[in-house]
Amino acid sequence: MGSSRGRSLVLFTLSTLLLVSIAGGLQSDELLQDDEEFGLEGGRPAADPALSIPTRPPIRGRSDPDLPSGSPDSKSVQFSLEHRFGGSGFSPAGTFTARLKSWSHGGQTLTKLRFSRNALTEEEKGAFERLLKEDGYYTIRVPSNVLNAPGRDFIFSSVRARCIPRDSLDEHFVIHTDGVNIMAVNYGSAGACQYPRMLKYPAKWSFTSFTVLKNSEQAPRTPTFAEELLAGEDGLVEGVKPPEKSFWAKYWMYLIPLVFIVLNAMTQAMNMPEEQAAGQSTQAQRAPSTTVRRR
Amino acid sequence: MAIRACLGLMILLFSSTISTALFEDQVGLADWHQKYIGKVKHAIFHTQKTGRKRVVVSTEENVVASLDLRTGNIFWRHVLGKIDCIDQVDIALGKSPSKSLLHAPANMNVGKDNLILVFGGSLIHALSSTDGQIVWRKELSTNSLEIQQVFQPRDSDIFYALGFIDSSEFVAYYVNYKNGEVLQQSKASFKSGFCGEASLASNDVVVALDASRTYLVSISFRNGVITFQQTYIPDLIPEFSGKATLLPSKYNGILAVDIASSIVLLRVKGVNELEIIEKINYPSAISDVLPLSKEQQALAILQHDESRIHIKVKFDTDLTNEVLKETIQLDGQRGNVEKVFINNYIRTDRTHGFRVLVVMEDHSLLLVQQGEIVWTREDGLASIVDSTTSELPVEKEGVSVAEVEHSLFEWLKGHFLKLKGTLMLASPDEVAAIQAIRLKSFEKNKMTRDHNGFRKLIIVLTRAGKILALHTGDGRVVWSVLLPVLRESETCGNPFVLNVYQWQVPHHRAMHENPSVLVIGRCGHNFDAPGIFSIVDAYTGKVHNSLVLEHSVRHVMPLPLTDSTEQHLHIVIDDNLHAHLYPKTSDAVKIFLDEMPNVYWYSVEVGKNIIKGYSLEIKGELDMAENVFQPKELWSIVFPSESETIALTATRKMNEIVHTQAKIVADQDVMYKYISKNILFVATVAPKASGEIGSATPEEAWLYAYLIDTVSGRILHRVSHQGAQGPIHAVVSENWVVYHYFNLRAHRHEMSVIEIYDQSREDNKDVWKLVLGKHNLTAPISSYSKPDVTVKSQSYFFTHSVKSMAVTATAKGITSKQLLIGTIGDQVLALDKRFLDPRRSANPTQSEKEEGIIPLTDSLPIVPQSYVTHALQVEGLRGIVTTPVKLESTTLVFSYGVDLFFTRIAPSRTYDSLTEDFSYALLLLTIVALVAALLVTWALSERKELGEKWRYKVQLSVLDE
Repeated sequence: MGSSRGRSLVLFTLSTLLLVSIAGGLQSDELLQDDEEFGLEGGRPAADPALSIPTRPPIRGRSDPDLPSGSPDSKSVQFSLEHRFGGSGFSPAGTFTARLKSWSHGGQTLTKLRFSRNALTEEEKGAFERLLKEDGYYTIRVPSNVLNAPGRDFIFSSVRARCIPRDSLDEHFVIHTDGVNIMAVNYGSAGACQYPRMLKYPAKWSFTSFTVLKNSEQAPRTPTFAEELLAGEDGLVEGVKPPEKSFWAKYWMYLIPLVFIVLNAMTQAMNMPEEQAAGQSTQAQRAPSTTVRRR
Repeated sequence: MAIRACLGLMILLFSSTISTALFEDQVGLADWHQKYIGKVKHAIFHTQKTGRKRVVVSTEENVVASLDLRTGNIFWRHVLGKIDCIDQVDIALGKSPSKSLLHAPANMNVGKDNLILVFGGSLIHALSSTDGQIVWRKELSTNSLEIQQVFQPRDSDIFYALGFIDSSEFVAYYVNYKNGEVLQQSKASFKSGFCGEASLASNDVVVALDASRTYLVSISFRNGVITFQQTYIPDLIPEFSGKATLLPSKYNGILAVDIASSIVLLRVKGVNELEIIEKINYPSAISDVLPLSKEQQALAILQHDESRIHIKVKFDTDLTNEVLKETIQLDGQRGNVEKVFINNYIRTDRTHGFRVLVVMEDHSLLLVQQGEIVWTREDGLASIVDSTTSELPVEKEGVSVAEVEHSLFEWLKGHFLKLKGTLMLASPDEVAAIQAIRLKSFEKNKMTRDHNGFRKLIIVLTRAGKILALHTGDGRVVWSVLLPVLRESETCGNPFVLNVYQWQVPHHRAMHENPSVLVIGRCGHNFDAPGIFSIVDAYTGKVHNSLVLEHSVRHVMPLPLTDSTEQHLHIVIDDNLHAHLYPKTSDAVKIFLDEMPNVYWYSVEVGKNIIKGYSLEIKGELDMAENVFQPKELWSIVFPSESETIALTATRKMNEIVHTQAKIVADQDVMYKYISKNILFVATVAPKASGEIGSATPEEAWLYAYLIDTVSGRILHRVSHQGAQGPIHAVVSENWVVYHYFNLRAHRHEMSVIEIYDQSREDNKDVWKLVLGKHNLTAPISSYSKPDVTVKSQSYFFTHSVKSMAVTATAKGITSKQLLIGTIGDQVLALDKRFLDPRRSANPTQSEKEEGIIPLTDSLPIVPQSYVTHALQVEGLRGIVTTPVKLESTTLVFSYGVDLFFTRIAPSRTYDSLTEDFSYALLLLTIVALVAALLVTWALSERKELGEKWRYKVQLSVLDE
């Protein structure tokens, strides 16, 4: 095992060396537009790990347009989040920024989601407080397609307002996407929401947002292992046999009663001669007595 | 070694399943099977010459069957596929002319190769009557020709094909019968257009209705010259208003016209001469004509008079007098006569006798002869829409049990026979007697509740709007009722049944009150049609309450709440998404308002690919008389329509009981099941692959499986299967989903399982927390908490395609589960859930083996012994229903399609009771024998001891001396 690992390590280093040397030999004239993206090229979109970014003031928020604007590989998209307090209408609440990557096979995926939330106005704060009092629903919505928003349907999601306040207003977004489409938003508190819900005001009236972007995963496939199984069988027949147990270990349960029986028989045999002798003597005594009786 | 162990384990498993299978003599003990054919569309009687008294029928369930005329039993039967509709049946080698889609010549001779003409649209096929081969095939026109009639004058080699082009032009073709060559063709257009079918009145006159359905148009086509003649119907029948319909008929010179209130028989004397023969008031039905001789034909007219039916048989030569007039009495639960088929026979006095086959409104079939109903078939049961179960009445005091039971002597005799059977002493006759006793056990057919809860009523709703209660013991119909509100009426044009729910299940007052069921229907097939609501007593079939609702019915949600009279609360969502609460009592509203903040519901819009979640709210004042609540949209999930379409949704059964939330896995570890009643399973497929298997390539087919929480609208899990497509079947239970689909890459059906576990309760495993009481095991779970779940899944190949899937349900949920799979062969297969465990691995460890994990295999095994239906087939299988009973180990299984099949199964065998054929007599005998042996040995030992004592005493006395 260890040797094989060593061998593979050697092989790996050799191949990398080879690759490097080829790269050294060939002066590539390819324009590398984005080093970061290059590393990801060829990776499966479905295998993209979910990104979890607690959003503080956006670091690179609007710096995306400074990328080559004509880039076919990725571009920046923006879509807005709107919210509703109970029965009133929707109002803007924040902006999502994401990178839209195009793949060679024609698909598009969203990556690097960032979110900046607008600060709550006094009016909104009042509305939220009212919502907390009546245990109402705080509803958010995003467009179902990030490209031609808001031409299409909206994706709604709601939570009981009392689930959100902790120290600040903690919210958690899980955005399920399929290409440029948003299918669903799982919106809710960042942790557990106790039931019955207690009325509690946050210490700080600002949102702390956590966002996660999710694509679908492939179902695990049934392995076809019938051949492996057969191959394994041949090897195993020759292989390790269980160590032979000692005679005593195998048959102790029969031996112990046997010993007992033998012992018992021996003690009986020891007693027998005495008894016989005693018996004879009694009979000898009895015989005359009967004769006496008969008389 | 491991392989050998695996094999050993497999053998052990198989042997264990074998022992759960039935023995031959156990068939029919707990199960019953009933065969049906469905609503009869056409019937053809075998002629006298063939000597067999049979009738061949084709039905709306696509069944062709031959029935015995004496008993109504099925002689043979073929169930065709869903898309193989039968339009017409006819007997080719008898004497039975017909003029519809099928034309069998009247002058056919047995043994000679005749041609049968089959036509539709503009095509005519000629088939050989001996082997069914196509002799010739002719397309008469490339236009939109609809051939209406094909007929052949006697003893000629040509036939006429008559039809309409674009409903405005009449065409007559003269075609060579032998080779299909068109000899002559004539056309004429009619400017007001035709409507519906044409009826052949005589050899050169056809009658049709014009587009407005108020004119009768007679068309003459003698010698290739077509002339039209119109007759205004009100001129002929003064009371006519509205629209007329031509009844399809095969009369010579007679025309049947259905006007709104009655059926009118007209005689066609010439092209422009129509004469009224008779007016028959509704409700009534007319049979086709039955030729008796060359000149004489007979027809039957059935007319309703409340619960009686008058049958009249007339000859077409003299329609004013009846040949036969009979009256039969019917029970009120069969509705009106829908169809009549007439047949004749020769009486003992050499005169003509007639019998009629009657199809009733509830789809049942009757044979009437000599004024009596010879037999009836309850064929509505072939089209069950929904079913529920009801407990039987509690055994009341005063009802003597002795009446039902055998006498003591009989009981003893039975047990003595059984004992003989067990000891292999019984003669063949006695073995037969034992079997008969077992099959006819009075115990299972009693009309009272039993200790184990095996005896129940299955309440089924059929497409005809009839409710029937079947006894689980032998499947007999206990009561049946044709709901008046579900019959066609002025207020409700096109009634349509939806579902049946349990409305009231009395527990506190079970001795005095009967349970009742709720039947929901709709007037018409559109969602906006008004709903129908009816409450029926489950013991007697009495209709308590019946009404046509003012609103429509989109969903019905039974709530887990009951009011003070133990009526279940139901929410009906109408087309405007308003929620209506039933029953409409203030008590119910009060109970509901307490729970309203926790009521959520969702709607799946399949066409739009949207799932939406709602809660309920009250806008303004609540109208206590109406109890209407408004929806409040909470969440939505939009599937991108270019890549996914919703194929299937499935939820857990509302009444399912889960015994434990924890699953103990190997190494004494615990996993917590994510058990939520709000889990919705959704499967979507690629739009291209939404058709049949083979319509898409593996690259353009995919399937997504979703687990969605319906309260918060969260997607808990989403997984894709590349190269997979429908049809999809799924079943959701406890914390798992099993779904079945087709894998295009592997060219095989596949079954996948998803199990979902809760991670947020993982820290409960800490013993110290438990000791100190700091655990959150008793805390209520909120759907708004952030879910912390893990998912395990696995896919297996499966040999069969599936028609229906269900899962067993037991009273406490302790017994392990089995999947019930309705296979393509119309059988029900029980598959242990352990085979679909996602934790199966190729080489399970010792502890996993102890836990009962089966080594991983590529495909799921199909053990022939595990067919629940053993040797039987439930033809046209559509649904499988499982019901728990009081005995934890057992489940009742009711599967329906064209046939019905009922049985009870024990997924882990009956570990909690003795089997029914347990020999109590043998046990008793053993005990008696043991007691006797005890007494004898005791007496013997006493005597011996006494002897010993005497000897001892003698010895002592001797010693004394």
